[in-house]
Amino acid sequence: MNTLIFRTIAPYLTSLMVLFSVFVLLRGHNEPGGGFIGGLIAASAFAIYGIAWGVSPVRRAIYFHPLGIAGFGLVLATFSGMLSIFFHAPFMTGLWGYVPIFEDEIPVSTVLFFDIGVYFVVVGAITSVALALEERSRD
Amino acid sequence: MNADSSWVTFLVMLSPFIAAFFAPALTRLLKHNAAWLLALVPALVFVHFASFAPKIADGGVVTGGFRWVPSFNVNFSWYVDGLSLTFALLISGIGALIVLYSGGYLKNNAHLGRFFSFILMFMGSMLGLVLSDSFLMFFVYWELTSITSFLLIGFDHTRAASRRAAIQALVVTGGGGLLLLAGLLLIWNVTGLTEMSLLLRSGDLLRESPFYLAIFVLVLGGAFTKSAQFPLHFWLPNAMEAPTPVSAYLHSATMVKAGVYLLMRLNPVLGDTVAWETVLPIFGGATLIVGTLLAIRQTDLKLMLAYTTVSSLGLLVLLTGFGTEMAIAGGVLYLIAHSMFKGALFMVAGSVDHGAGTRDITRLGGLMRIMPITFGAAIVSAVSMAGIWPMFGFLAKEELYLGLFATQTWPLLMTFVAFVGNGLMFAIGFAVALKPFLGDLKADSDHPHESHILIWLGPAVLAGLSFLTALFSPLTHHFLSSPMASAVAGETVSVYISLMPHIGMPLLLSTVTIIFGVTVYLMLDRARALMARILDAIGWGPDRGFDQFVNGVVRLSFAVTGWHQSGRMENYMKATFIIVAAAILLPMVLNGELPAWPAFSDDIHFYELAIMAIAAIGLIAVLQAKNRLTAIVSLGIQGFAVALIFMLFGAPDLSFTQFMVETLSVVILALAMTRLRLTPTDHRPTREVIVDSTIALLCGLAFVLMLLRVVQVPFDPTLSEFFKQYSLSIAHGANIVNVILVDFRGTDTWGEIAVVLIAGLAIHALIRIRSGKRRGEMAANEPSE
Amino acid sequence: METYMILLVGVFFSVAVYLFLSRHIIRILLGAAILGNAVNLLIFTSGRLTREVPPIIATGPTGTPETMANPLPQALILTAIVISFSFFAFLLVLTYRTYQELDTDDTDEMRFAEPRGQQMPPLEY
Repeated sequence: MNTLIFRTIAPYLTSLMVLFSVFVLLRGHNEPGGGFIGGLIAASAFAIYGIAWGVSPVRRAIYFHPLGIAGFGLVLATFSGMLSIFFHAPFMTGLWGYVPIFEDEIPVSTVLFFDIGVYFVVVGAITSVALALEERSRD
Repeated sequence: MNADSSWVTFLVMLSPFIAAFFAPALTRLLKHNAAWLLALVPALVFVHFASFAPKIADGGVVTGGFRWVPSFNVNFSWYVDGLSLTFALLISGIGALIVLYSGGYLKNNAHLGRFFSFILMFMGSMLGLVLSDSFLMFFVYWELTSITSFLLIGFDHTRAASRRAAIQALVVTGGGGLLLLAGLLLIWNVTGLTEMSLLLRSGDLLRESPFYLAIFVLVLGGAFTKSAQFPLHFWLPNAMEAPTPVSAYLHSATMVKAGVYLLMRLNPVLGDTVAWETVLPIFGGATLIVGTLLAIRQTDLKLMLAYTTVSSLGLLVLLTGFGTEMAIAGGVLYLIAHSMFKGALFMVAGSVDHGAGTRDITRLGGLMRIMPITFGAAIVSAVSMAGIWPMFGFLAKEELYLGLFATQTWPLLMTFVAFVGNGLMFAIGFAVALKPFLGDLKADSDHPHESHILIWLGPAVLAGLSFLTALFSPLTHHFLSSPMASAVAGETVSVYISLMPHIGMPLLLSTVTIIFGVTVYLMLDRARALMARILDAIGWGPDRGFDQFVNGVVRLSFAVTGWHQSGRMENYMKATFIIVAAAILLPMVLNGELPAWPAFSDDIHFYELAIMAIAAIGLIAVLQAKNRLTAIVSLGIQGFAVALIFMLFGAPDLSFTQFMVETLSVVILALAMTRLRLTPTDHRPTREVIVDSTIALLCGLAFVLMLLRVVQVPFDPTLSEFFKQYSLSIAHGANIVNVILVDFRGTDTWGEIAVVLIAGLAIHALIRIRSGKRRGEMAANEPSE
Repeated sequence: METYMILLVGVFFSVAVYLFLSRHIIRILLGAAILGNAVNLLIFTSGRLTREVPPIIATGPTGTPETMANPLPQALILTAIVISFSFFAFLLVLTYRTYQELDTDDTDEMRFAEPRGQQMPPLEY
């Protein structure tokens, strides 16, 4: 996969896809999308980058170990589920609040953080698999 | 009875187990002298139960307990009547002597502490067995005696003979235990009772039940294996591999009588039927005769005694089955007498072994002067065993002849059987008690000597008791024999027999028995040679049969395992998928739930059909792919087609996810496949192709039929409607699928992302672990520093 | 239109099972990927098919449509897709490593756990 065009375009494509994945993740509650899809899109983006430029640049780019990201996602999801315990509600009860930013009120909820946790788990785990296999195929 | 003493009884029942726990530490501290301390435990148990004697002699019973599993009506309860009391006193009394004896006998054994522990555990189990009221408790203790017996027989586990004997005993008595469990459960089912005490008052309930015969056979299975009845007697002589204290205690005085105890206990509710009064005497009589005949063949003191124990157990079963009051009284007296004289004789055999270095009767002689106390105990016990005045055995023999003798054919036959058995036992008893002690001095040891006090104390006390119990027979009868006989018969029975001989048939029979016995004793060597020749001619016995049975089971299981675990994965897969297809198809066919012929409606659009066709083509292409790349691309085709199907039928979320997953699948498949030198096509023989495709098509058909049936029933939209209705109002989300995932069923999703994470970790680990081969190569390639 | 889908599901299952019955582990792997899709379609179809209307509640002026696709099977399948992908990846790596260790992709040759010619257990005590 050493074509010049692919190598040139890969970083831009990857950035766009990651941006798009975040968009898909955040709109998921009301439109098609969500953590699973977003995570898969981001993981594909990293896989593309890895195919074009090799594994090491990807690892440098995402800085954390992919499985670390996945672990963080699981912890985030767990905590956002457990938050409801402090409000005398069962595990995983959604809590909603509205944060005023400029003139809009942005809904913020534990459910959103749960979905972000799902996103991180999927991104982390699948990127880890893809990178590991790419690494193998080169040695 | 008040609660306090109830708790005392509970503690007393547990005390042997507690002592067993501390025995090893105590033995490390005090060496063999720990026996004196440990013997206090059974002694205290003896005293505790002896204090019940007056109350029980007056016809009372002692009960107590507490609820254990109330929901199943299972209690931890005990019930002490004459039968239990006599057994409890024998167990604890002889137990105390055995503990002392063990201390002397195994003085220099490195594992003496362990031995004490085992034997005390056995004592606790046996005590529990005879005292328990609830069936479940009874069964648990019954199995515990089998297990502790296994441990004790296999005590010298470095010898193969010990191991074999231990396993044999466990298999036979454990198998019998299972039969007994079934029998007890059946009794529970028929009567609804879980307690012996209530069952004994249930009258004819069991006898009139249609399951009587089944219960009878199952209970007999338990009793006959435990009490070594012919043809299941073979494990008992083999169990003589155990140290002598074990033989004396478990395999003559107590455990083997558990089967007799069971029969006696259930006699009031199961007895008095044709089956009972035919089967028991026949098996008991056969055991009596076979046991004595085999005993003649032996030259080892312990084996001779073991076979006579088999015959004594046969005699007890015969008497229990006979069922008359006198026969039962005879059985009761004989049981008590047997525990005393046989226990003593076993200990004598051990003492001779210890002092003279061998147990072979042909290599022993003239020990009378050297071992006077042992000799005294031996001769007194042999007199009791032979049933000669003035020992307790005499009372037993008189009473049992009195009970058996009658002029009809059946009792006459039984009397004859008992007569022959007793005569032969007379001869063997005296052979054991006289031959090692009379004549010229013969011994294997260079310095034959009298045994340690710990060793001679037990037989001496038991021999003394054989005499004292007979001398004070009214007391014995009042406190032991009569209450026990009453409990066995289920009605009040009084035993009167005393040392005053009364002229009659029994006395005559006794005299003839003695003459017969003396004759056999004098011709013992010739009789032994004759028996040896006969047995060699037969050349097969249940003991050999046991080995053949066990080997057969091992071979069978090996063959079966080899057949169904062939190590060929496609066989496992075939079995799995055949079962999958059968599990779906069979219920549909059997219940007449096959779907109606489906309607191929016209409301399908052309492009929908086209996409379905593309999916099908992709699938076929995967099957037909000639190289790796085609296979991967074809896999991608069917995946993207599925994604399009999701899109067409209102599932954009699924569609996106499927697209991404298929892309990633193709990518990682391509990454991995380039590293594998594989041929993606497989060449199956035509026969396999036919079989495999049949299975595959059957599975496909099964799912098609199931799905057709599913869509033909009206759809129940309750759950979907719930989500549609509440998604926005309580979960603030318009995308219902996402709301279900992250809110309504959030915990499920949480579990699923955990699975994804674990899969990621597992893959990471798999890739990171380098193979040993490669590691070796790498080490070889690395420059040495 | 469900009937056509059902027949397609049958084809999916048949192909997956046929691949599973192979001796070559790589074919079993392909079978596993297809079986995942087969089960997803099975669940999807048993929740009934509705054309083109995603289960999204309209908040705008048009209002929520009368009929929309059944959201429940979709929620089940969404996670199933991701999980079966993880499973597939795991199997793939397992296959890959097995091939490296044992130098074969033939399941009959993989005799590490169940070696050929097993010895009869000893008959002595």
